[in-house]
Order: sequence, then C-alpha cells, then structure tokens
Amino acid sequence: MSTQSDNQTASAVNRSSGWVIFVFFLIGLIASMITGWTAFPKLLYSTKEQPIDFSHKVHIEQLGDCRACHFFRDDGSFSGAPSLDECKDCHMYPMTGNPNEQKFIEEYIEKDKEVPWLNYAEQPPCVFFSHAAHVKGSDMQCETCHGDMGHSDSLREYQENRITGYSRDIWGYSMLPIGEAEHGPRQKMNDCAACHLKKTGSKGDCFQCHK
Amino acid sequence: MKIDRRCFLSFVIGGALGTALTPVPWKLTDDIAIWTQNWPWTPVPEEGPSIYKKSVCTICSGGGCGINVRTIKGQAKKIEGQPDYPVNRGSICPLGISATQHLYGPSRIQSPLKRAGKRGEGRWEKISWDEAISTVSEKLSALRNQKKPHTVTCIAGSDRGTVAYLLERFLTAYGSPNFIRALSSFDAYELAFSLTQGQQGTLGYDLANSDFIVSFGAELMDGWGTAGQMFSLYPGNGKKSNLVQVEPRLSDTAAMANQWIAAKPGTESALALGIAHVIVRDNLYNKNFINNHCFGFEDWEDKNGKAHQGYRSLLRQYPPAKVAETTGIDKGTIESLARGFARAKRPVAIGGRGGHLASGGLDEALAVQALNALVGNINQPGGVVVVPEPDYLSWSEMKTDKTASEGLRQPRIDEAGTDKFPNTRFLLNRIPEAINRAKGESPIQALLVTGGNPLYTMPNTEAAKKAFDKIPFIASFSTYMDETAQHADILLPNHHFLERYEDVPTPAGTPTRVIGLTRPVVKPRFDTLHIGDVIIRIAGSLGGFIGQAFPWKNYQEFLKQTLSKQWETLEKQGYWVDSEFIPPRWARAFNTPSGKYEFYPQERNNPSGKDTDALPGFRPADLPGNPDKMPLTLLPYSSIRIAGGAVANPPFMTKTVDADVIRNNDIFVELNPGTAKKLGFSEGDAAILKTPAGEARVRIHLFEGLMPGLVAMPTGLGRNAFSSYIAGKGANVNALLADIAEPGSGLNKAWASRASLVKA
Repeated sequence: MSTQSDNQTASAVNRSSGWVIFVFFLIGLIASMITGWTAFPKLLYSTKEQPIDFSHKVHIEQLGDCRACHFFRDDGSFSGAPSLDECKDCHMYPMTGNPNEQKFIEEYIEKDKEVPWLNYAEQPPCVFFSHAAHVKGSDMQCETCHGDMGHSDSLREYQENRITGYSRDIWGYSMLPIGEAEHGPRQKMNDCAACHLKKTGSKGDCFQCHK
Repeated sequence: MKIDRRCFLSFVIGGALGTALTPVPWKLTDDIAIWTQNWPWTPVPEEGPSIYKKSVCTICSGGGCGINVRTIKGQAKKIEGQPDYPVNRGSICPLGISATQHLYGPSRIQSPLKRAGKRGEGRWEKISWDEAISTVSEKLSALRNQKKPHTVTCIAGSDRGTVAYLLERFLTAYGSPNFIRALSSFDAYELAFSLTQGQQGTLGYDLANSDFIVSFGAELMDGWGTAGQMFSLYPGNGKKSNLVQVEPRLSDTAAMANQWIAAKPGTESALALGIAHVIVRDNLYNKNFINNHCFGFEDWEDKNGKAHQGYRSLLRQYPPAKVAETTGIDKGTIESLARGFARAKRPVAIGGRGGHLASGGLDEALAVQALNALVGNINQPGGVVVVPEPDYLSWSEMKTDKTASEGLRQPRIDEAGTDKFPNTRFLLNRIPEAINRAKGESPIQALLVTGGNPLYTMPNTEAAKKAFDKIPFIASFSTYMDETAQHADILLPNHHFLERYEDVPTPAGTPTRVIGLTRPVVKPRFDTLHIGDVIIRIAGSLGGFIGQAFPWKNYQEFLKQTLSKQWETLEKQGYWVDSEFIPPRWARAFNTPSGKYEFYPQERNNPSGKDTDALPGFRPADLPGNPDKMPLTLLPYSSIRIAGGAVANPPFMTKTVDADVIRNNDIFVELNPGTAKKLGFSEGDAAILKTPAGEARVRIHLFEGLMPGLVAMPTGLGRNAFSSYIAGKGANVNALLADIAEPGSGLNKAWASRASLVKA
C-alpha cells in the first residue's frame, strides 16, 4: 500500500542537491568554452611549410613589380603562382648562392618538377574570381586583398584546414570576424559581399561568382 | 555529495550551451559544407594558360566547320568557330560547341569489345586490339574462302575523303561492291545534278552572293547542310538577302525568312513546276543559257526520228490555277514568286528537306534544279555549282585476285547501279528489304558499320533492326555506344574527332573547293584506334593482293603522302583552298550525252519509256496506311537544338530544348489548334501516335504555325543508346516513317507518314 511513497522518499534522499547540479552545469559550460575557443582552432588547422622559402622582397627589389611574375595572360586570365618555366627564365643556373635557391635548382629545376606552392588565397573550384575585373577593371592594388606580401622576406607557415583543405587565411586567423585580419582581409563569401556592397552598392548576384 | 544521472545531464547541457557560445558549431558547419564539395569524383577543371588548337569538326553528317579548341593542360575546354575558315567563317552549331561533352562523357566505347550476351543485351567482354582485328580478319578470310566476298557490306557516314577511300579500296581488293553511304537529303539532289549536268560531286550553293533564295523545304537554319556555314550566311549577320521559305510548318528558318509559303507537304515539286510555268509563259527565262547550252527545253527528235516532249510543253500541265489547287497556295502568290525569282539578279532555288532526313525523290530535285537552269545561274556567282570529287586520292590501281574479281562482278545488294536503279549510287534504305526478300541465308554475311548509325537514322527503324538481326556478323567502328554499336557483335572504337587526324573535303552546300584538316587536339583518352589504322591492319592480316594494296605503315603516313602537296598549308592554317577552282563556263560545263544542261535527262532510268517519266514531274507519294483510319500526316522536322543524325544530343544541348518539345522524358508533337479541337485534344494531353510502321507515346503541343491535318515531330529524340543521360528521352520519329522506293531511282520518296492520334 505504501510502496509508492516509500520509493519517492528513498529517491528524494538519494537525489543530488541543486548546487551540485549547477556546479556540473558550470563545469560543462566552462570546459566546453575553453575547448571551443583555444583547443578547437589548434586542432582544426595543421601547419605546413612551403616547399621553398621564398623572398618576395628580394624579387620585388630585382624586378620592380608584382606583375613581373604574377601576370595577366594574353586572353585576360591571371597566371597566379609562376610556373617552373617562368622561374627558369632567370634561375636556370644559380644566381646568388642562397641555399634556398640551391635547393630550388636541385630539387625542381634539374628534375623539371613544378614547385607545389601552397596557395594562401586559394578559393574552392565552385568560386569564379576574375583578377582582371578587380585589378584592371577597378584599379585595385594587390595589397588590398593579399596584404603586404610583396615586402615579406620569407614565406610564413601555411595553416591548412584539416576538413576543407583550404588555407586559414580565407577564414582569418581569429575565429571571430572582428578586427583587422593579420594577413590581408578575410576572403569568405560575406567578405566579398561586404566590399561589393560598399564599393558598388550591391552584394552582387549568386551567379556572378558561382557560375 | 551525490553524483547521479541528473548531474551528468546538467554537465551535458552546460557543455552544449558552452559549445554554442564558441565558434565550433558555426565554423564546423561552414567547413563541412566546403568539405562536401571536395568529393574526389567531382570534376575540377585544370587551371593554366589556354592554348588554342585549330581543327575541323566532323561530329555531324554535314560535317566540316573549322574550329578553334581552347585547351588547358591537354584538356579540351571549349570549341569555338575558326573565323577565317572558308566554310563556316567562325560560326558553329550547338552540337559542335558541345562536342567536348561527348569527348569526356560516358557514351564513349573505351576499348575493343566482344559481345558476351545476346545481341542488343548490352553485355560485353573487353578484348585486345590484336584479338579484335584477328576476329574480323578471320571472319572476312573465311567468307573469301567460301567464295562469298560480295556478302561483305560496309555502311559509311561519308563517301569522300581518305577514310572512305581506304574503306572502298579495301572492299575492292577484298572483292565486294557493297560500299554504302548513309542516307542524306543530298542523295536526290546529287543525282539530279549528275543527270542534268553530267557531273559527280558535292553541291555548292553560293548563298552569300545570292539575292533571292527560294527554299523548297530546306530547313536552312535548322541544321541543313553544314550548319555553321548557314549561320554565317544568315542575313541577320549583316547581309540583306531575300529568303522565301516553302514549308508547311513555321520552322525557325521560316520565321527568319522574308516570306513564308505554307504549301501542302509533298507538293513542292508541283509548286516548282508552277513557278517554271509562269517564268516560261512570260518569257522571263535566260535566253542565252536556254538557247545555247540546254537540251530538252523544246520538243525534240531522237536519232531514230522519234518525237519527244520537252520541258516547255511539259510545263503546260502546270498552270498556276491548277498548281494553286494542288499546293493550296494562292495563284497570285505563285505568279509573284515566279516573277520575283526570275527578275532577281542572282536567284537560287534550293531543296533537300530538313537537316538530316533522307526523304524526297529525284522528281522533286529535278523540278527544283530546273528553276536554277531557267534563270541560268548555274556556275555563276550567287548560283549553284557542282564541286567535283577531291582529286588528291589518286593512288595507283591495285591488283585483284580471281576471288575478288568475281565478287566485284556480283550485283550490289542495295541494287544501286544495277539494271533496276542504274543511276543511283547508294541505297541504304533498300537494304532491309533485300535481306528480307532473300531466300535462305542473308545476302549480307558480314556488315562493317563505320558511320551513319543506321539503326537509329533509317526509316522504319524496327524493321531495319529485324533485318539486321539476320546478318550473322556485325562489326561497328563507332566512337560511341550508339544504337547500331549496341546491336553489333564486335566493337572496334574509332578515336573521337578531337583525338584524330582526318581530311575533310568540301562539305555539302559549300561552293568552293576546300580541304580541312581534323587534328588531334587532345591525346586519345581510351584504348581506341584510328579506323584508318584498323583497315590497314586488317588488310595486312588478310595478306595477298589485299595486303599489297595497303603499303602504308599507318594512316597518318598515308594521309601525309596523299596530301603531300597541301600538307604544309594544312599544318599551318588548318585548311587549303583550291584557288584554281573556278566553276567551268557553260560551254565546257556539262558532261551529259548532249554536252548541254539536260532538262530532259537522257540518262535517267525510265522503265516506262514515257517522256513525262523522264522529265521532272509531280507524282505524289502514295503513303502507306488507310487514310480513313489514319487521317493525319506525320511530318518530321529538324531543330538546330536537337542533333538528328548519327550522333545524339549531348546533355548540354538537350538543356536548350524548349519544354514544349521535350519535358522530362515526354516528347511533344505539334498539332494545329483546329485539328486538336476536332480530335478533342488540348495542350499537354498524352496520346498514342500510330503509323503503319509503329507507335509512340507522345504529348500534344498546340501550334498555330503548323498546317491543319499534320502532326509535326522533331527528329533526333528517342535514343535508346549512348548513355543513361541521353537515352529514353521521347521517341524516334524515324521508327514511325516508311520507305517508299521511287520507281527508277529507288530513293525514298516518303517525306512523311499517315498517322492517327488516340488519347492515352
């Protein structure tokens, strides 16, 4: 007859008190926040070294302009990172005695192998981007999007997103899209749209970039 | 302190809330979205510098537009027209543009295959090229040993150029007269030119310089001839012309024309004769040409003193009032059209239905061609010209052994060139009947199909397929798994045209003499082999005189030697124009028995002996079927957005087709709203279209641009091969059409079929 109320009494006695539950809540909350803000970004990205340490500064001093190596082809398409043939124009034989140059000639020029540069600004293939429209059409400077790459003496480490395989530069080094990004502006879709809205008054249409 | 389930839940809730306050969920969602686009099977185009390579497109049966192919790192990206190419001047058709999709798409045959299951079952066994070539050679060798070389037949897409030459040479050395060109709307017109002018060659129409074009059902902008060339000529491209389109349906060509004349279908030759009547009656014809360079215009007497009727007196049977009744066109329209045509400076009459259809007999072609003769615009600027066969194929004659000589003496299986149809060169449409008629074994013991995809393009396709089933051995050389390849026993896939060398002589419709060079733009993707190389290897393994007839190491060497004079130019600019080719003057132009243009073609096969049967005439085809049960007429039409020939639409091109032509897998047939109302149909209704040849499930589209009583259906749909992206869309109109042999020529004069529509 009294089985049910007995059980209730027993469970009340065995039950943990309110503050214990709250402590557990706080532990969960704080631990997850610490993990999410500090450990997660470290876990998400792997760090890679560029195959050759390259000095943009030296090359700019010698050649004077970004476009000496990053040029527009005759059909208006952009060449991106120079191919081995373009490097060969100058570096068929050692010019400086720099160990990086030595390595470049031995490992790539002599073996006729393209350098697998890691591209900090690589976008997924579903994104259409025209350098000509921005650089030629709107007179934009390289630095506006790529930061002060031209004066760097050495290539910084490349952080690769383990899930997507793209560079950390695209999202930005900070997890939150606030403040100035370290290496030129962030390059997510919303960043493109924000700039377009500011400069042209419209974010643009889907098919302008996703053809 | 007691730790229990509730503490754990609380920990989890705290953790979840905390996680939500970190970038983890938002960043992960974004990254996973990008990750899903990185599947290894998602094709990612190569990036890099573009390299343009010149070649010539041969994907359609008219084949021969100069192209510039943009490639990146050895991949073909985009096909563009070559602006200086003398045929198409930079214009190109949708099939040519989307040919890259066929190059990389799943319709390709990737290696030689041997049939593993039943015919048409689609089960194949991969074999090596050595095995494939020895299988064919052994079969052919066995037939020769049985003294049956003439039972080997070859169906080719073209009879011109080096590949066709190699095939014909092979058959001759082997001992078979049965080289057959695939059906084309030019069959009848080429025959008409050869009978009236005594010249064999392709037809050239100088439309660029013509100021008055009358087109008798030729759908010039819908794929007729070489589509790229027609685009480059269209008046919209900056040139003012005067195109009059005679057609029962408002096609795209008719819509672009200056005048659209909807004659009753099948009465085109009556209209042509009616126009001629007015021109002759009003003395508007070219007196110089008619009086000095024509034969059979007036009544004449032969060597034996027998009187014959001439063209002038024939025309008395076609007064405008009577023609108006026959064609359904107002008498005044006929009169003014005739006067407009005759008074124009450079008028031209042009025919050949559709882009790819092989219908229309010799009578119609002769009637249309006679108009060009009346105004004397033969071999004139803005007129018509016969471009002679290429003369670079002049290899020494070969030796043939006894077996081959005996085989070559046998009559052709299609009866072309025999006593029955002595004028006609090829009659693929007669093949099914020839097989069915034969008692005992099939007159074709081995069939080599190198082009034309006959099991899709032939009229009454199902009957053709049944006849082909009686052929014990079918080898296909197709690049794609087309309808014919699907029914073959062994497949020896040719390279895609973007992967191979080939010469392209003057395509149909072009008035200049030109050779184009198809060149490999990309490396062969699969284990395919150039058909020229395969023939040379088969000949080599058969040995004897056959092997000796093919002394070349490979096709490329043969091609280079054949075109040694032009090779340098061809390599450099991709084409060679014969600057010495000027259409001969009238006095030297005609190789007929009379040495003149023959309105009365003396060489025309005329079993009845009646003059009216030698002269052009209006003899309507008696379409099969009971008109009471099948009161409608099924009219096939061409569309530039649907490839109607041997090669199917790639999916990119199908995307351009309107939803009232094909929607999902349903094909729409057009019906005049009045006819539809009478039959109780409204827009989008499902129906069964029946003809004596077969039936198809269709939907109805109401179209005021179609004459009442007709059902119009596009060609090129209803494929059942290639790939799952191409097959199963709509129905094949060829399967619903019949073949009616024109007496004397054997050409198919069934331009349509009787039909009925019932609700489905």
